[in-house]
Amino acid sequence: MKETKIKSKDLTLYYGTKMALNNISLDIPEKQVTAFIGPSGCGKSTYLRTLNRMNDLIPGVKITGEVLVDDFNIYDKNVDSVNLRKKIGMVFQKSNPFAKSIFENVAYGPRINGQNDKKKLKEIVEMSLQRAAIWDEVKDRIHDSALGLSGGQQQRLCIARTLAVDPEIILMDEPASALDPLSTSKIEELIFALKENYTIIIVTHNMQQAARVSDNTAFFYLGELIEYGKTKKIFTNPEKKQTEEYITGRFG
Amino acid sequence: MGATGLSVVLIIAVIVLMLVIIIIGGKNQLSWEFLTSFPKDGMTKGGIFPAIYGTALMVIIMSVAAVPFGAITALYLTEYAREESFIAKTVQFAVRTLSMVPSIIFGLFGLGFFIKFVGGGMDKAFFGGQLTWAQPNILWASLTMALLTLPVVIVSVEESIHSVPRDLREASLALGATKWQTIRKVVLPGARSGILTGTILAVSRGAGEVAPILFTGAAYYLATLPHSLSDQFMSLGYHIYIMSTQSVNVDQTLPIQFATTLVLLLLTFTLNLVAVLIRSRLRRSH
Repeated sequence: MKETKIKSKDLTLYYGTKMALNNISLDIPEKQVTAFIGPSGCGKSTYLRTLNRMNDLIPGVKITGEVLVDDFNIYDKNVDSVNLRKKIGMVFQKSNPFAKSIFENVAYGPRINGQNDKKKLKEIVEMSLQRAAIWDEVKDRIHDSALGLSGGQQQRLCIARTLAVDPEIILMDEPASALDPLSTSKIEELIFALKENYTIIIVTHNMQQAARVSDNTAFFYLGELIEYGKTKKIFTNPEKKQTEEYITGRFG
Repeated sequence: MGATGLSVVLIIAVIVLMLVIIIIGGKNQLSWEFLTSFPKDGMTKGGIFPAIYGTALMVIIMSVAAVPFGAITALYLTEYAREESFIAKTVQFAVRTLSMVPSIIFGLFGLGFFIKFVGGGMDKAFFGGQLTWAQPNILWASLTMALLTLPVVIVSVEESIHSVPRDLREASLALGATKWQTIRKVVLPGARSGILTGTILAVSRGAGEVAPILFTGAAYYLATLPHSLSDQFMSLGYHIYIMSTQSVNVDQTLPIQFATTLVLLLLTFTLNLVAVLIRSRLRRSH
């Protein structure tokens, strides 16, 4: 049985007076892939962003409850959210490489952390690009602008960029939704390979993807956690009626 | 052709007419010697080099004062101040008002504040009352001009900071960067063109305005170039003015007036064109 890497206790979030998350308690095991599914607006992305405190950036947001990473509450008053994000990385729905070279994109994180040794940076960049399964495609143009890459390549570059900071947890917010099927399957292969070393949480609106890629699945609806369990069980024998209706496409 | 078409033609016709008159009047006077020599014979002959030099020096000092200050203000307004806060609203209001003030008012302000108040204070404090800084010079003129062009710089920089997409900032923060690191490494590089455009527009405006430097530093005629901040200077705009109203023989100096006007026009036109090109390249890449 895998250890719990990150879990939330009664996590509630308000955008002003509107409640977006209602008492979410969820245990996510380490070095597995956990998928969040649910219809648009159900809160799955919002919940994902509470895990690395990206919601802090939105004015008027109120959060109660706890999120514990390795038994340590990240919403504690003394926690530095900047350092937290080095441990918990994020890949966004639309790839967002910086307007810099491929090399500088991946080196961005290590540089922020004070790594300035040229040799070390080269090593980190190469290793990250390899881990993101894109090294062969870019090794001959590593100083070219990242904006010249295709959509799928840019997304894998963003994954490499996240890996370069050496996080323990990787949050992915619909990472393949803007990509063509071939790029999507490359990303899914990548996720499968990465889970050996990282805890991965992926938000997806594509249920087949969740079924293919994840070990555990959480179904969200209208800001509540409806059901959570092993992916196989959720998709073949869900306990809640709402889950079954969503899975079979009766709504959402 | 409707009313709009007609007015466009009219405006273009007026501009072309002005240009043609100026070019015909001044083209014979233009020469390398004209641009590099001093005026002679009571300014009825010779060149306009000191005016070119003075204008250039003044806009440089003006830029050194206005650009960093304007960029920092723009940065503060866009990245740090909450949009609805009292400070943000006050600064925005001040910038807008500043951009509407007639340029002669800046001249008066420069006289009253920089020359009399600051200069006078400096003289009392450091020179025992002896008249050193409480008089027109290139420093006060440049600072006065900097106030005039500040809104242009601020707006340009604000525009380019806003054009850096939000998802790039999120990407940086998600990698564990602080807000200041994100600004330094992602936002400011993206704002570079805006800072450049703002500077060029400010320089182009500052090179041509006369009223602000009228009583703060421009001089009728100087035999030498300004060496220090406490010297006065000659300027292209002011030179055109005095040539056409106060020279010994206004008719004889007509070619010089036209040529000087042409030089100033070419200068401001080129600067504006460069700024427009940079700006359109910036817009296209987003």
